[in-house]
Amino acid sequence: MNAPAARRIPPPVSLLAELTHRCPLQCPYCSNPLELERVDRELDTATWQHVIDQAHALGVLQTHFSGGEPTLRPDLPELIRHAASIGQYTNLITAGVLLDRAKLERLADAGLDHLQLSIQDSRAESANRIGGYKNGHAKKLALAKEVTAVGLPLTINAVMHRQNLDHLDEIIELSVELGAKRLEVAHVQYYGWALKNRAALMPTRAQAEAAIDLVKAAQERLKGVLVIDYVVPDYYARYPKPCMGGWGKQNLNVTPSGKVLPCHAAETITTLTFDNVKDKPLAEIWHRGAAFEAFRGTEWMAEPCRSCARRELDFGGCRCQAFAFAGQAEATDPACTLSPLHQELVAIAEREAGAAEPDFLYRNPRNIQAAALPAPAPLPAE
Amino acid sequence: MTGRVQIAASSVPRLPRGVKLRHDSARDAWVVLAPERVFMPDDIAVEILRRCDGKADVDGIVDELCQAFSAPRDQVMTDVLGMLQDLADKGMIQV
Ligand code: SF4
Ligand code: SF4
Repeated sequence: MNAPAARRIPPPVSLLAELTHRCPLQCPYCSNPLELERVDRELDTATWQHVIDQAHALGVLQTHFSGGEPTLRPDLPELIRHAASIGQYTNLITAGVLLDRAKLERLADAGLDHLQLSIQDSRAESANRIGGYKNGHAKKLALAKEVTAVGLPLTINAVMHRQNLDHLDEIIELSVELGAKRLEVAHVQYYGWALKNRAALMPTRAQAEAAIDLVKAAQERLKGVLVIDYVVPDYYARYPKPCMGGWGKQNLNVTPSGKVLPCHAAETITTLTFDNVKDKPLAEIWHRGAAFEAFRGTEWMAEPCRSCARRELDFGGCRCQAFAFAGQAEATDPACTLSPLHQELVAIAEREAGAAEPDFLYRNPRNIQAAALPAPAPLPAE
Repeated sequence: MTGRVQIAASSVPRLPRGVKLRHDSARDAWVVLAPERVFMPDDIAVEILRRCDGKADVDGIVDELCQAFSAPRDQVMTDVLGMLQDLADKGMIQV
């Protein structure tokens, strides 16, 4: 190989295959874009298979089937079978409300290695309200039991915010009861739908700090029983997270219509353009696509990141958050205390978290127009 | 609910469903694939993991490794138990 090899772009590790944006739930923090892709734009089975083949050839080891709700695609078992047959580790990320025992068995037979089930809260009433789906919580609990009965390894995914963070201890206990071996706890990231709902989702500093202590204690207590992967709330942290393990370093994300993104939220950066698997080979997109090249390495950085000792540790944080808040994707993630915007960010977070929570703007096609209106201007810092 | 697994010389370790050891041709390296995790075991870890087949016990695995690498048994036993316990705590080894 020529140029790509010379620049030593490592092979990607994982493919996030977003099969559809359709979803029966309407979580107000959904990471799908505001502009949800319509069903008639979705890639067909053969194209997805070709994407998976190309990803495998590039070095991808794990294929995550996601959405929206991937179980809405009738060809899901076929795609899993295909990926498993060429040696991919296959993972399904689902809200679970459309699955039952028979469907699970088909997925397991197809070669599914692992299933991630999202829950919205530990308490039914609140979970159903957050997800905007009647009776969803009870269905999820019933399904979790079937998942372990079928013998599939189960991870519970929980996205945390001010309206469920105080139930984190219950969510941990629930995961153990359901037979999950792993719990993924992530705080909301504020771009897209979540940015529209920030005031309804932002926890207080006290809530966030209590959660960190709680998780630490639970990790120790549940060693060998439940692995808890915890993504800390970075608004109240000192330094940002190394988003995606570095832009264009490990992950490929393919949208329902075939756009290839370096991160699932990358479309929120409206200054980027994305290649499509229908137009170009995946390898070319990975190695030379403009969106992937945009923030690889450290060349693109401005101060304070450019000369910061941590630049190879956190890569300047999240590009999507930088764009959403600073209006510039090259900016230092405002979650970083070294960012000139950090004080402002924290002031907004604290003010919003301290005020009464507004209603959710639910994630659904009806609300796309409402969501397209500009976000309320940030309040001036005091 | 199951408790924490304690690895002993008589334990029969295996990779649980959802955890796979595989040779990857793109990297020409062994990889361990687990939920949301990928790691590249070093040569010794590969030798140990390849023997975690749900049939051999730790004693047997250690015997084999001692022979293959002519290393002192105590040392090998300590290393193998340490590594397997660590992996068991991360949910990557079952007995
Ligand atoms: S976050 Fe909620 S609305 Fe979005 S895809 Fe997942 S379950 Fe559906
Ligand atoms: S200045 Fe940039 S590189 Fe340094 S810690 Fe902050 S985000 Fe990371």
